[in-house]
Amino acid sequence: MEITSAQFKKVASQKLADKKVQAALAHAKGKFVVARAKAIEELDNFEDIRRAAADVRDHCLANLDQYLEQWERNATAAGTIVHWVESAEEMNRTVLDIATSNHVRKVIKSKSMLGEETGMNEYLERGGIDVRETDLGEYIIQQAKEHPSHIIAPATHKSKDDIATLFAERHQRPRLDDIEELTHEAREILRPHFLDADMGITGANFLVAETGSTMIVTNEGNGRMTTTMPRIHVAISSIEKCIPTLEDLSLLMRLLARSATGQSISNYLSVTTGPKRDGDSDGPDEFHVILVDIGRTRVLGSDLRPALRCIRCGACMNHCPVYQNIGGHAYGWVYPGPIGSVLTPAYVGLEKAIDLPNAATFCNQCGVACPVKIPLPDLMRKLREKQTERKLTPAGQRVGMRVWAWLASRPTLYAWATRIVARLGKLAGGKQGLVHRLPLAGAEWTRGRDLPAPRGKTFREIYAARNRS
Amino acid sequence: MSAKENILARIRSANAMHAAAGDVSFTPSERLSAHPRGPMPTMQWDALERFKACSIAAASTVDELSTRADIPAAVARYLKQNNLPMSGVCWPEFGDLDWHGAGLEMQPRPAAGDDKVGVTGSFCALAETGTLVLLSGESQAATTSLLPETHIAVISTSRVVVSMEDVWELMREEIGELPRQVNFVSGPSRTADIEMTLVYGAHGPFRVHVLLLDE
Ligand code: SF4
Repeated sequence: MEITSAQFKKVASQKLADKKVQAALAHAKGKFVVARAKAIEELDNFEDIRRAAADVRDHCLANLDQYLEQWERNATAAGTIVHWVESAEEMNRTVLDIATSNHVRKVIKSKSMLGEETGMNEYLERGGIDVRETDLGEYIIQQAKEHPSHIIAPATHKSKDDIATLFAERHQRPRLDDIEELTHEAREILRPHFLDADMGITGANFLVAETGSTMIVTNEGNGRMTTTMPRIHVAISSIEKCIPTLEDLSLLMRLLARSATGQSISNYLSVTTGPKRDGDSDGPDEFHVILVDIGRTRVLGSDLRPALRCIRCGACMNHCPVYQNIGGHAYGWVYPGPIGSVLTPAYVGLEKAIDLPNAATFCNQCGVACPVKIPLPDLMRKLREKQTERKLTPAGQRVGMRVWAWLASRPTLYAWATRIVARLGKLAGGKQGLVHRLPLAGAEWTRGRDLPAPRGKTFREIYAARNRS
Repeated sequence: MSAKENILARIRSANAMHAAAGDVSFTPSERLSAHPRGPMPTMQWDALERFKACSIAAASTVDELSTRADIPAAVARYLKQNNLPMSGVCWPEFGDLDWHGAGLEMQPRPAAGDDKVGVTGSFCALAETGTLVLLSGESQAATTSLLPETHIAVISTSRVVVSMEDVWELMREEIGELPRQVNFVSGPSRTADIEMTLVYGAHGPFRVHVLLLDE
């Protein structure tokens, strides 16, 4: 996928001014948060489960080589054809090769964020393959030729009216006005494709080493169709998705749907082990799994490593005040919200996503909501440190920080300087007590908001006065 | 070097830089053979009652029968009540039932795209979340629970287990290895992808009806 994270500030301002986007965000706001809060109440030991889940994910990462090898042995024994690839280009090529060597013309696809990373759909289409997204949200996005704005609710930025107009145009049918009717029209349009596609492509929520299985969750049932109806099934999975056992899967399942949509379980969990067996009444003749690195091993060796625990539930973006106000597109790549602010710089390069680690208030709502306890604000802070180290932050800001550091390490001078600022600031604030424009590096800060003016005395002065009385 | 060797080598060198983290109480091979359970939430409910309540919460409907011979009448009753077609397909294990006697036309074959009703069994059911557990196999077509607009599942009360962990335990005991596919089904297919409004019948069944056999 094309990376537009460098334009974060510009796009974020556009989204803030876009009435349609703001209406869609206002409509969604809080719904996921409330649903999650209710769902985790069902677990009387939620924090224990959460801690255990974080531990399991760390344990997987610490022994990833062994688990992947064990997974491969079991998968191969069940008849799965396993491919290992290092780059996005290699992954796309491998999928296209499987398709062309099997004379595949049509592919049905169940949602995969990894596929978004590599731009797989466009690649396959350029190779002459007809690719149909089948998750309703992804289908809408594909018809509109857009990108997802949320990892589990990809079309959340679009209104019913947008979708009604889009469907009428694409389906060449009368315009519908009802969400249920729109959903069922998509069902009707997609059903024949499920029945006659030659190949199904899915992602994988997890790989289970114990059994050599891949596992996906869906609510719509498109995942079941995609893994069962076509004669070939290809699952693409990044390597960090490997977990040890079915028990570990059960543990993580108690958290995934609850954190994502507030369901106690997703509608359909499909655990797939190999292709159709002798005598089976359905299933694909061939089952390929492509294990993908693209950047994972690099992150594993870096201090952003905890981000690899992520189970892609979306809770961090649902709880993020920045995401809630600008939506997903401003983040400029596959993963929005706090996890996107960590993964985008990690996978595509900090210099291409310079604003993302700063797109946070550090309120730690994300860290508290994350079911695998990823310290997202800490990781963003680490990225900010790297920005400064690599001199990627604006020069004015760096000079400002250096001046402040110099001053702050000289207590007497600092007290004297802040006293002056407090008094001048009060004057500058005027009657309203608001500063409309700060000079130098602060100019940007006051472009969209006012600074409450200092009250004329510093904290230390007030504190000392209070102790005297 | 192959891609596999490169990736594994990079994992090993990345991990060599970090002290062991996470759950270190098991080595990978111990964990794989002991498959320990994680912390479980308190489950002090009656499994059967919980299964019924959670099925309904998952938007399924539930009916209780005393013998297997009651199945056709129960299916007919449900279909009539909901104005649904009186014909469809069933898993072969139900091919011997007297469907005609109940006014139904049920063919013991896998479902095709235009079959309206599918009757299946279930390997077991999961009380914690009101979930059916369907396995792939010779006479257990996945399409029967997937393509028709109405899915009716028959499950014996003796096959209702408490947690997902119990499902795996039962499978290890009774089958030894996983079939090609294990599907956990919790109610009808659904989506909320348009304005977060819940709609049933996205791609799979619009409705799931559970027949609980007292056995
Ligand atoms: S970082 Fe945590 S909260 Fe965010 S998507 Fe990943 S697992 Fe969910």
